[in-house]
Amino acid sequence: MQHSEQAPSPLALLETMMLIRAYEEALVGIAAGGNAPGTCTSVGQEAAAAGVVRALTPRDRILTNHRSAGHLLARGADPGRMIAEVLGKRTGYCKGKSGSLHISAAELGAVLTSTIVGGELSLAPGVALARTMTPGDDGIVATFFGDGAACEGVFHESLNLAVVWKLPILYVCENNEWQAFVHRRETMPMVHVRDWAAAHGLVAETVDGNDAEAVHAAAARLAARIRATGEPAFLETLTYRTRGHYEPDDQFYVDPAELAAWQARDPIELLANRLRADGRLDDARLAQIRARVAAVIDEAVAFANASPYPETAELFTDVYA
Amino acid sequence: MPVITVNDAISQAIAEEMRRDPSVLMFGEGVATKRRELVAEFGAARVRNTPLAEGIIAGTAVGAAASGLRPIVDLLFAPFLCFAMDEIVNSAGKLRYMSGGQFKFPMVVLAMSGAGWTVGAQHNHNVEAWFVHSPGLKVVMPSSAADFKGLLKAAIRDDNPVLFFMDLALGYQSGEVPAGEHLVPLGRAATLREGRDVTLVSYAKTVHYCVAAAETLAGQGISAEVIDLRSLKPLDEAAILASARRTGRVVVVHEASRLCGVGAEVAALVAEHAFDALQAPVRRLTGPDTPAPSSWPLEQAFVPQADAIVAAARELVGARAYA
Ligand SMILES: Cc1ncc(C[n+]2csc(CCOP(=O)(O)OP(=O)(O)O)c2C)c(N)n1
Repeated sequence: MQHSEQAPSPLALLETMMLIRAYEEALVGIAAGGNAPGTCTSVGQEAAAAGVVRALTPRDRILTNHRSAGHLLARGADPGRMIAEVLGKRTGYCKGKSGSLHISAAELGAVLTSTIVGGELSLAPGVALARTMTPGDDGIVATFFGDGAACEGVFHESLNLAVVWKLPILYVCENNEWQAFVHRRETMPMVHVRDWAAAHGLVAETVDGNDAEAVHAAAARLAARIRATGEPAFLETLTYRTRGHYEPDDQFYVDPAELAAWQARDPIELLANRLRADGRLDDARLAQIRARVAAVIDEAVAFANASPYPETAELFTDVYA
Repeated sequence: MPVITVNDAISQAIAEEMRRDPSVLMFGEGVATKRRELVAEFGAARVRNTPLAEGIIAGTAVGAAASGLRPIVDLLFAPFLCFAMDEIVNSAGKLRYMSGGQFKFPMVVLAMSGAGWTVGAQHNHNVEAWFVHSPGLKVVMPSSAADFKGLLKAAIRDDNPVLFFMDLALGYQSGEVPAGEHLVPLGRAATLREGRDVTLVSYAKTVHYCVAAAETLAGQGISAEVIDLRSLKPLDEAAILASARRTGRVVVVHEASRLCGVGAEVAALVAEHAFDALQAPVRRLTGPDTPAPSSWPLEQAFVPQADAIVAAARELVGARAYA
């Protein structure tokens, strides 16, 4: 998948989200068979990944977390190598040593994934610092995290350092209302993480996190601002985790009315309906995209299944440089 | 050869490496304030003060190291490392492996350690073994001014995260230090004194107590070999085993407490691989399993001293040497 500095077409955003959805639904199936331990999906949150990542340039870096499939796929990751990684296969992005929770792909500028909640926030300033010290490099760093991570101390340390050192970081908080099995309202005095970011002196915005076009526009605007000023900015996508924390999770603790309200605002449906309403999409085109995405995922699963496991000797490699 | 203090040896190493390699930079609480000569020579971008936030200092070093820089961070006193454990242990130590070798982390974490300032347990705690137990890290703890310089320069050039512990009591001790290029490889112990009857294995300030003990023992007819480990990870297992085989008796001495300390590893190593050469059990002389006290006599009592080392060595050598 291409990422360019031009705005992606709404159809490209739609297809990216549909690819993420299809990938994660395939993983849900694999996890149900007991083969993808720890899988965390971002079903319902695809607009944040598609909108933000497609607003970045190839020179930019992204840091992601345990819910990373969308960010990686939007960046152009090969779903076959991702599933291979989840299955612990040698052909995975990390030779099977990561598994699903911390896939990094340096070749895509997706670096240093941490599943320690807040880990990516601790690492982002250093990646951004290196960019500022490389002459001619105008790349910025986008780092993705949840509202739960914002409750970690290092969130505040990271934002503060980024402000006082003027580091080019786009902080992207996907506020999906859940912090594993605890609702955001139990852990924070306010509704929006933006307020904390603003208090640290960042330009901080919220956006409808289920509207891919709105997310894209906000991310593109903030990215341009970061490039122009060198200062960090903060974007909070207001969204909802419509599947469980991980697979399987029957969500017994979720208020059905709240879940239903968000499901009615599914980001893929939302964009598809909008495009349909003004004639940019019809059923035939949608079916075409769906078939293309399904074929990609089928092929990815087949590739991963056919891939070999690493040799036992791999246990001892890559410890030291 | 010039005689300089340990603190000056450290400064020399940092300045030389920053001069040699523009990707080396240093930051921490008060670094730019205290190291004005570095700011003057290398500029504010490469020598920085930070907010009081050890987690983000260490995390920033990790992110920068993976992105082509070679950061040195000063986290001041070893107990403050507790605020940076995730960044050092989970990120610096593991992300190379977890990424299948996609990243490397050339970075040095400086921390002061040990008794000497009578300021109590939240500034004085020898935590080096925690990091020896963590994969992907290297751990260094020198005893002489020359090794401080040579090991620090090697640590800065190493492509892996290195915890560089500075025994607080040694900062103003002087020694001969080669000017300019002087590198001491990580993972290599130094035999400070050769002997036949007993091996004294140590690192940091207690190395000096071992040397003093060896002199006393020599006067009593006991020939003690003194090994300064210098690096705790990688550990120079070959040097330890060769000496144990030569003398048949080993005393391990360190200030850190005994349980699961480096001494336990040395003792186990010798028991596993040189058991047949041993003429007596391996002895450990260590700090006690208590927080470090503030009061001067208590702080001194915390640290194994030369007379205790002499007594332990004599006990192992037994009546034969008394004759
Ligand atoms: C330091 C740490 N504490 C706890 C966990 C377990 N855990 C994994 S994800 C998660 C919830 C994180 O919530 P949030 O940051 O909002 O992200 P989300 O899962 O909603 O995307 C928790 C508690 C962890 N991985 N790391």
